[in-house]
Amino acid sequence: MSASAVHSLWTMAAPIDKIDAPTIEYTQLLPTLIVIGAAVLGILVEAFVGRKARYYVQVFLTVVALVAAFAAVIGLAAGGYASTEAKIVAMGAIAVDGPALFLQGTILLTGLVAVFTFAERRLDPAAHGNHVDSFTAQAASVPGSESEQAAVKAGFTTTEVFPLSLFAIGGMLVFPAANDLLTLFIALEVLSLPLYLLCALARRKRLMSQEAAVKYFLLGAFSSAFLLFGVALVYGYAGTVSYAGIADVVDGTVQTVDPALAGTMGNDALLLVGAAMILMGLLFKVGAVPFHMWTPDVYQGAPTPVTGFMAAATKVAAFGALLRLLYVVLPGLRWDWRPVMWGVAIATMLIGAIVAITQTDIKRLLAYSSIAHAGFILAGVIAATPDGISSVLFYLGAYSFVTIGAFAVVTLVRDAGGEATHLSKWAGLGRRSPLVAAVFAVFLLAFAGIPLTSGFAGKFAVFKAAAEGGAGMLVVVGVISSAIAAFFYIRVIVLMFFSEPKPEGPTVAVPSPLTITAIGVGVAVTLVLGVAPQYFLDLANQAGVFVR
Amino acid sequence: MENLIALLVAAPLLGAAVLLCGGRRLDRTGHWIGTLLAVASFAVGVLLFTDMLGKDAEHRALHQALFSWIPVEGFQADVAFQLDQLSMTFVLLITGVGSLIHIYSIGYMEHDERRRRFFGYLNLFLAAMLLLVIADNYLLLYVGWEGVGLASYLLIGFWQHKPSAATAAKKAFLVNRVGDMGLSIAIMLMFTTFGTFAFGPVLESVGDTGEGKLTAIGLMLLLAACGKSAQVPLQSWLGDAMEGPTPVSALIHAATMVTAGVYLITRSGAIFNAAPDAQLAVVIVGAVTLIFGAIVGCAKDDIKKALAGSTMSQIGYMILAAGLGPIGYAFAIMHLVTHGFFKAGLFLGAGSVMHGMNDEVDMRKYGGLRKYMPVTFVTFGLGYLAIIGFPGLSGFWSKDKIIEAAFAYDDGIRGWIFGGVALLGAGITAFYMTRVMIMTFFGEKRWQPDESGNEPHPHESPKSMTIPMIVLAFGSVFAGGLFSLNESFVKWLEPVTQFEHPHPVISVPAITASTVVVLLLGAGLAYLMYGRKPVPVTAPRGSLLTRAARRDLLQDDFNHVVLVRGGEHLTRSLVYVDHTVVDGVVNGTAAGFGGLSGRLRKLQNGFARSYAVSMFGGTAILIAATLLMRAV
Repeated sequence: MSASAVHSLWTMAAPIDKIDAPTIEYTQLLPTLIVIGAAVLGILVEAFVGRKARYYVQVFLTVVALVAAFAAVIGLAAGGYASTEAKIVAMGAIAVDGPALFLQGTILLTGLVAVFTFAERRLDPAAHGNHVDSFTAQAASVPGSESEQAAVKAGFTTTEVFPLSLFAIGGMLVFPAANDLLTLFIALEVLSLPLYLLCALARRKRLMSQEAAVKYFLLGAFSSAFLLFGVALVYGYAGTVSYAGIADVVDGTVQTVDPALAGTMGNDALLLVGAAMILMGLLFKVGAVPFHMWTPDVYQGAPTPVTGFMAAATKVAAFGALLRLLYVVLPGLRWDWRPVMWGVAIATMLIGAIVAITQTDIKRLLAYSSIAHAGFILAGVIAATPDGISSVLFYLGAYSFVTIGAFAVVTLVRDAGGEATHLSKWAGLGRRSPLVAAVFAVFLLAFAGIPLTSGFAGKFAVFKAAAEGGAGMLVVVGVISSAIAAFFYIRVIVLMFFSEPKPEGPTVAVPSPLTITAIGVGVAVTLVLGVAPQYFLDLANQAGVFVR
Repeated sequence: MENLIALLVAAPLLGAAVLLCGGRRLDRTGHWIGTLLAVASFAVGVLLFTDMLGKDAEHRALHQALFSWIPVEGFQADVAFQLDQLSMTFVLLITGVGSLIHIYSIGYMEHDERRRRFFGYLNLFLAAMLLLVIADNYLLLYVGWEGVGLASYLLIGFWQHKPSAATAAKKAFLVNRVGDMGLSIAIMLMFTTFGTFAFGPVLESVGDTGEGKLTAIGLMLLLAACGKSAQVPLQSWLGDAMEGPTPVSALIHAATMVTAGVYLITRSGAIFNAAPDAQLAVVIVGAVTLIFGAIVGCAKDDIKKALAGSTMSQIGYMILAAGLGPIGYAFAIMHLVTHGFFKAGLFLGAGSVMHGMNDEVDMRKYGGLRKYMPVTFVTFGLGYLAIIGFPGLSGFWSKDKIIEAAFAYDDGIRGWIFGGVALLGAGITAFYMTRVMIMTFFGEKRWQPDESGNEPHPHESPKSMTIPMIVLAFGSVFAGGLFSLNESFVKWLEPVTQFEHPHPVISVPAITASTVVVLLLGAGLAYLMYGRKPVPVTAPRGSLLTRAARRDLLQDDFNHVVLVRGGEHLTRSLVYVDHTVVDGVVNGTAAGFGGLSGRLRKLQNGFARSYAVSMFGGTAILIAATLLMRAV
């Protein structure tokens, strides 16, 4: 083709309609923009800042970004966006309302606490004169190879974890605020991909860590495919991916049929199958039965700070997205999804609690515990009442801090091979380090839902909401599961305080103020929300209205 | 005027707080502070009393609402006081006798290094007892009720270094618990029946309530009264309670606290009036106890325990009278007040004797003390004449009326039975009190040096002890007559307790005459047995009844066999059931879940492919279930 022909193609093309630039409400999107911007900056830091200073710059940047984003969330909430001013921004892609801001605030705070545990460098003894953290020296080196040893000797550290975690947090901020199905999917991928990477970065037991990452990636991709397929089916049903638009079609308020979709639009089978698949994608993220099987393996294999981060922040984001989907998109379908979700919630509570009984590894135990807790939260989700929303918001806030704190304690108990996660090694910990054991006992009691801890207030709130929402049977199962779960929580306490310590038991590392802060915040939130929950319940109550 | 009511309680409460929290700095002045505040409370009582006398009978009741205690929707408990004629009577008795006993204790407890604490407890008792009688609702009354129980416990066990005192305190506390349960159940029943605790609404709405419920409430109130007032079957603690210092026995275990049961029944008169079965139970309990206590009193050689038996018996009279309804309430309270005087006087006299006899309590080691302690002898003697009902003295006026009312229970056999029991009780009272009097003050001196060679040197007690005794002796002599003058006491109480004239089955003069005859018979028999021949220093073996009575008519043996052994068997069988059945179920469930857990765990095999299959299957089920839900 001659140059002129090309030129004529270029010039002869039909004039295209002017594309309107989308209106983007930068102010309302500020929290997400700050986090993502900082993540991009973090990559530049990786490229341009010297190796020695990188760690400090990254930690500083990450902490500042999270604090600033949290301040932005507070500012938006103070500006009324959590209640009266709630609106949908970015051309209908993102909702700025009470639940979104509440969950974003929770995610940012838990993210901040998690970053503290990421930055901890005092637990392992220094290698070749370099402080080391929980992450591998060089992710690209083959475990056990000479290049790995060289990287360790050179004092390399994987400071990429900080921008990675910022990207994940950015995705998590969008996930519960996503107001159309495509944004939901994008947010899911943005939060998941960095997590897959983070899982693979453990300094010790690297093979296990990489195995966990690959499993997580494969299964996550599998579930994402289901979710995307579900999005396509629902689009075929409604002709739109916007939450409000789909809800209108489900309610029957919109009758006009898109001519391109004349064959499928309004076909209920598409809606039901599609909705079930989207639900499946979200249930995978929250770790509900039968989509939970990745949880124990990944929680065990991932570096413990990452496990804490995933168990807390990811769960908050995923439940936020689930709430919005069920309450905004599918309220008209309540009679279809509620019985199914009943089954899922019952199975999740029971299986999580029962299988946890026979676990011998503390991280796997906490993984199954998180599955059981997902079931309890689902009970609140199913309530389908305003109280259901606020109780779930409260529960998520309470639970995430306990979780991060508990995993932070797990990082402290160490022996020659790194963290001593086998339960037999925890025997008699209460004699050796009464303070650490007592703090862990507080977290376990909160998990078990003993009064005067946040766990009780949260459990009471969701069960109350479920009972008032007509799900009394669910509450019965929930209470039975709680009783079963109490068994293994208390068993750990008994093990710590009433067993003889083993002669060559683990030692408890003395952490830096970073981990102490993480644990301290966990204990403080647990006790404050347990003793005086009313203020936070009110807060969750005020935040409990979705914008549509 | 009604704003002063709270001051009645506040003054001694302040004293208790200051004395118990003040520490050693107050050791020198503590007893003065305690006494001053008790007297202050008495002064307030007198002020309120004179004010009350100035009004006409129907408008004398005062009411003071202090604050709302537990304001919950549908459950209103207020701290509010009600001072009517009945409460006023108690206030004067409690603060009056209480003040005298505070003064007496200054001398009696002089050498005790924990005297400050003792006065703190006494003040605490006064506050609680006053709260009990001026509360305007049952819940607040219950607070006072528990408060006096606590004070009683602390004071019985005041000499806690003695194991017997510690045990006695525990026993009193435990037995009282049983009664307290009765009161708490009664209050709960009231709340479910009437929806309130306040005296006014509860007692007014009695007419609209079924008799069954009222009987239940009445029986529970009776149980409470039995505990606090040491009535059969909860009488066993009173004798042991004499381990406490003698002023305590006088104030708490003779004059005031033990009469709380009588107050409770009289206050709840409307309930009992509408529940004849409960009323009959009250009368029976009173009749049984008055004989029971009198028999125990006959056999005791310990002067305080003999008096304790007598207290039990006299309260039996009051309970019996309170069970008679409107013909008896006023006399129950009148006997309560006169008894408060003479029994407190008798106990203080006993304390004075012990004070002079190196704390010896065995009457067989007394004898002829009238020469050594003339004031004690005279005041004790007047108290003695009063309690046996010697014509003209206080006890005569009140007890005689109770006997009359008992004969008026009904026209048939019951009137004869209850009247006869009350009459018999009067005879036994004369017998055992004469015995106490003769063994203590008459005959030869029987004391000897103890093991360490200390021979007692009986002497009169100091002024701080004798003056209260003299004051009380005046009360023992004149109070009854004064109250009966023109039926003034009955008229005073009538607006609260109602009053009907009793119509006994035999004529009133005949009853009075037979009372005097029975009294003389009892006293004469005692003189023959103890006055005519020397009293042996070691107790003779005695008849079967005497031996049983010395053991408090086997009350502790009964409790041990029936309650302790029974309780042990019950707990043992419960433990057996717990171990086999309950633990079996629990362990079985746990093992079941453990097995299930082990099996489910195998599903988690570590292969990503299996996990993917389970997710795929799960999604398929999810979709199928959603579609199925639409289909059905």
